[in-house]
Amino acid sequence: MKLKLHVWRQKGPNAPGKMETYDADHVSPDQSFLEMLDEVNEVLVKEGKDPIAFDHDCREGICGMCSQVINGVPHGGQDRTTVCQLHMRSFKDGDEIFIEPWKARAFPVIKDLAVDRGAYDRIIQAGGYTSCHTGGVSDGNAILIGKDAADYAMDAAECIGCGACAASCPNSSAMLFTSAKVAQLAVLPQGAVEAKRRVNAMLEEAQACGFGNCTNHYECQAACPKGINVKFIAKLNREYIKALLP
Amino acid sequence: MILDGKCPKGPIETSWDRHRFETKLVNPANKRKYKVLVVGTGLAGGAAAATLGELGYQVEAFCYQDSARRAHSIAAQGGINAAKNYPNDGDSIYRLFYDTIKGGDFRAREADVWRLAQVSNNIIDQCVAQGVPFARDYAGYLDNRSFGGAQVSRTFYARGQTGQQLLLGAYSALSRQVKAGTVKLYVRREMLDLVVVDGVARGITCRNLCTGEIESYWGDAVVLATGGYVNVFYLSTNAMGCSVTATWKAAKKGAFFANPCYTQIHPTCIPQTGEHQSKLTLMSESLRNDGRCWVPKKKEDCDKFPNDIAEEDRDYYLERKYPSFGNLAPRDIASRAAKEQCDDDRGVGPGKRGVYLDFSTAINRVGEDTIAERYGNLFEMYEKITDENGYKRPMRIYPAPHYSMGGLWVDYNCMSNVPGLFVLGEANFSVHGANRLGASALMQGLADGYFVIPYTIAGYLATVKPGAIKADHAEFKKSAEDVKAEINKMLSINGKKTPAQLHRELGKIMWNNVGMARSRESLNEALKVIPQIREEFWNNVKITGSGEEFNQQLENAGRLADFLEFGELLAKDALVREESCGGHFRTEHQYEDGEAKRDDENFCYVAAWEFKGAGKEPELHKEPLKFDNVHLAVRSYK
Repeated sequence: MKLKLHVWRQKGPNAPGKMETYDADHVSPDQSFLEMLDEVNEVLVKEGKDPIAFDHDCREGICGMCSQVINGVPHGGQDRTTVCQLHMRSFKDGDEIFIEPWKARAFPVIKDLAVDRGAYDRIIQAGGYTSCHTGGVSDGNAILIGKDAADYAMDAAECIGCGACAASCPNSSAMLFTSAKVAQLAVLPQGAVEAKRRVNAMLEEAQACGFGNCTNHYECQAACPKGINVKFIAKLNREYIKALLP
Repeated sequence: MILDGKCPKGPIETSWDRHRFETKLVNPANKRKYKVLVVGTGLAGGAAAATLGELGYQVEAFCYQDSARRAHSIAAQGGINAAKNYPNDGDSIYRLFYDTIKGGDFRAREADVWRLAQVSNNIIDQCVAQGVPFARDYAGYLDNRSFGGAQVSRTFYARGQTGQQLLLGAYSALSRQVKAGTVKLYVRREMLDLVVVDGVARGITCRNLCTGEIESYWGDAVVLATGGYVNVFYLSTNAMGCSVTATWKAAKKGAFFANPCYTQIHPTCIPQTGEHQSKLTLMSESLRNDGRCWVPKKKEDCDKFPNDIAEEDRDYYLERKYPSFGNLAPRDIASRAAKEQCDDDRGVGPGKRGVYLDFSTAINRVGEDTIAERYGNLFEMYEKITDENGYKRPMRIYPAPHYSMGGLWVDYNCMSNVPGLFVLGEANFSVHGANRLGASALMQGLADGYFVIPYTIAGYLATVKPGAIKADHAEFKKSAEDVKAEINKMLSINGKKTPAQLHRELGKIMWNNVGMARSRESLNEALKVIPQIREEFWNNVKITGSGEEFNQQLENAGRLADFLEFGELLAKDALVREESCGGHFRTEHQYEDGEAKRDDENFCYVAAWEFKGAGKEPELHKEPLKFDNVHLAVRSYK
C-alpha cells in the first residue's frame, strides 16, 4: 500500500522544527510501523538526505525506547501497543499519517522524534527503590506475600517508562508513571517501610522536573501500552495523605 | 599459549568460599579512592555498578540507550533459575551445577559453574528484597515453573516479564546509588575504544550519541557488561542496538575472544515474514511447558488449516525423538529438530520455515484461563505480530539467533587477560559452555554483578595505586584521535549502499553458512565472502550527516564495521572446532541418528583468539578443560 507521512523534523534541541511530508510507497501490511520508517529512511539516505531520527531498540514492546505520537495519539492508539509493535495492517492504502515526538516540557526534543526522558530517571532516583544492600537479606520465602498483593504489585511494575502517560496528558503530568512505582512498593512488605518518604520524594522530584499535576483526565491509561490502571494514582493519593499524618 | 583460568584447587563444594577468603580486600576507607568504569547497564552491568557503588567505590556507568532501564536484559521473558528446591523435587546446588555443565555440552569450567549454582539462591533473596514481584501461590510462597534441560522446577518468574522485573530491580538499586552520589551515570554513550597503557586497562573512549563528541574516561578498572553479538546474523532476537563493538574493540586492544562459534539459536521465535523484517521476536521457552511441537506427517497437509489435520496425521517430533524430556528438550536440540522437519519439507506457514506449537491439549486439561494467566502476554504479542489467535489455532514458530555463549576470555575472577579489564554476563564466555539452558542468562548476569565482581575486583584493585593514570595521559589522546579518524573515514566514503543493506548481506551469509548447521564447505565459503562484504563496506557504504550530531546511520555503520571483522573470527573458530557440541553443529560430526558428536580427546578446551591486526591470521590460545566432579558423557535427553 501507499501512504503519505507528515513527520516532525527538528535538527537539534534549540533549532526550530516543522512538519515535512514523505511518501511511503511499498508498505507491506506485515511490516511494523518502525520497519515502515526504516524503509523511508533507506530511501532518504540513498538520496543523500538526512533520515528521520527516532528512538527504538528492542522492537518487541518492552524496552520503552520507542516514542512517537501518531495521528495525535502516543504510540498510535492501538490498545496496549507500543509503536514498535504497531503493524501496518492497522492502516489502509492512501492513509495520511502524522508523526510527532512526545510533547511535554520535561521531555525536550533531541532531534526529530527523539526526546530526552532523563526526567523519569530522576523521579526513580528520588525514591523508586527499597533501600536494601546487596547481600544480607532474608530468604525469599521468609516474608510471605499474598497472591493478591504480588499480582497487584506486578500489575503496577509492568510500566516500561516510555513516557506516553505524560505525553498524552493535557497537564503533562507524570502521575501514572510515578504512581505505578509508588503503588508497587507500597503494597509489598519490603517496600512499605519507606512508603512515606518515597511518595513525598518522588512527587517533589516530578514537580521539579516540570511535570504538571493530575486532574483526572485518564488520557494516560488510554495511551499506556502496558495498560497501567489509573487506580494506582488513587493509591498514590492515599499514600500521600498517609504520609502527611504523623 | 596454554591459558590458566586460575580456578581454586581442592574440593569444589568449598572452592568459592575459600577463594573469597583468600582474595585481598580493599579497606573501606580506601575504596572511595578507586574509580571503576562499568560499561553496559543490563543485569550484569547494572547490578555491578549498584553493588560497587554501595561498597564505596567511585563508579561511572555507561549505556548507549537513553536510560539505564532499557538494556536488552529487559526482554527476557521466562524466568531465572535457582537451586532453592522449594518444590521439594530433588533440586540442589549440585544438580543445578550438573545440569548446567551437561546443558553446556561439557564445554564450561567446573569451578565457575559451581559458583554460579551456589550464589543462585542469594539472587532470588536479593531480588525479593528489592521488591521484584515474583509469582506467588495463594499461601504467599514463591512459585516455580519448569524449563528446558531440567527435570526439576527451579525457575522463578514474574509473569512473562521476568527479565524486565529483574532489570528494574537492578536499575532501582543503581538509581539509589546515583542519588547517593556513588555512581555517575552516562547515558547515550557508546564505548568505541578501550584505553590500554603498558598492557593494563586504564579507561575507555566513548562517543556521546547526542552531540557526537568523543570523550575520554579513566578508571582504575574497566568492567565490560555489554551483552552478546548475535546481531552478526542481522536478524536475531536481540535489540537493534546490541553489538559486538565494545568487546571487539577490547579484543583489538589485546583481550582474547573465547569460543565465538558458540551461538544459541532459540527454538521458539515467530517466523520471518519478509525481506523488510528488522528483527525476530522470541516467545519464552516456558511456552514449551504447555505447548506441544508438531508438524504434519504428510507433506501435502502442510498447507491445510492446522485444526483440520487429524491427530494421527501429526508428528509430535520432540516427544517422538526425546521421550523423557519431550517438548522440554534443550534449546539447541529443539532448534535443530525444527530445522530437520522443515528441511524434510514438512514446515508450515509462509516460506515453509515454521513448525506448530500447539496449546489445545493444555487448554483442554487446565482451561484457557489458566493458560492465559501463565502466558497471556505472549499470546497477545503473538497475535499483534501475526494477526493469529494462539488459543484458537496452534502458533507457528521457528528458531532464531538469540544468545552468544562465547565472549571475551576471563579467568575465575572474571578478569580478562588484560589486567584491569573485567567482563561480566553475556559478554564473557564463562559458564554456559557450548549451549545455555533456559533461565540461566538472568542468573549469570545477576550472579556476576551482585555476588562475584564485588569480591574479585578487590583482589585486583588492592594491587594497584588508585588514580595512577588519568585521562590526561597520551594514550587517551591517541585513542580519541584513532576513533575520530575511523569515523571520518567512514563518513568520507559516500558510496551507494546503506549500512542496513550491507548488514543484511552479512546476516544472510552468516545464517546460511554459519548458522544452525555448519560444514567445512559452508564455513570456507563464508570466510571467502565476509572479507568481500567488508571490502565493499569500506568502499561503498553511504552515511549521511556528520559525526558531530545525533546520527543513527553512523552508529549502525560503526557497529556493522565491527561485525564484519568479528564475523570472520566466528566462522574461523567454527571451522577449527572439528566437532559438534551444543549450539555448534558441524554436519561432518554427527551420529547416525543426527545427534551431535563431540570429540573430547581433541577439543575439550576453550578456544581463545588473539587479534593480530586487521586482515591478519588471529592466534589461537587454548585453555584445557578438566572435569573432576562430573563424568564426561554423551549428552542424551532421550
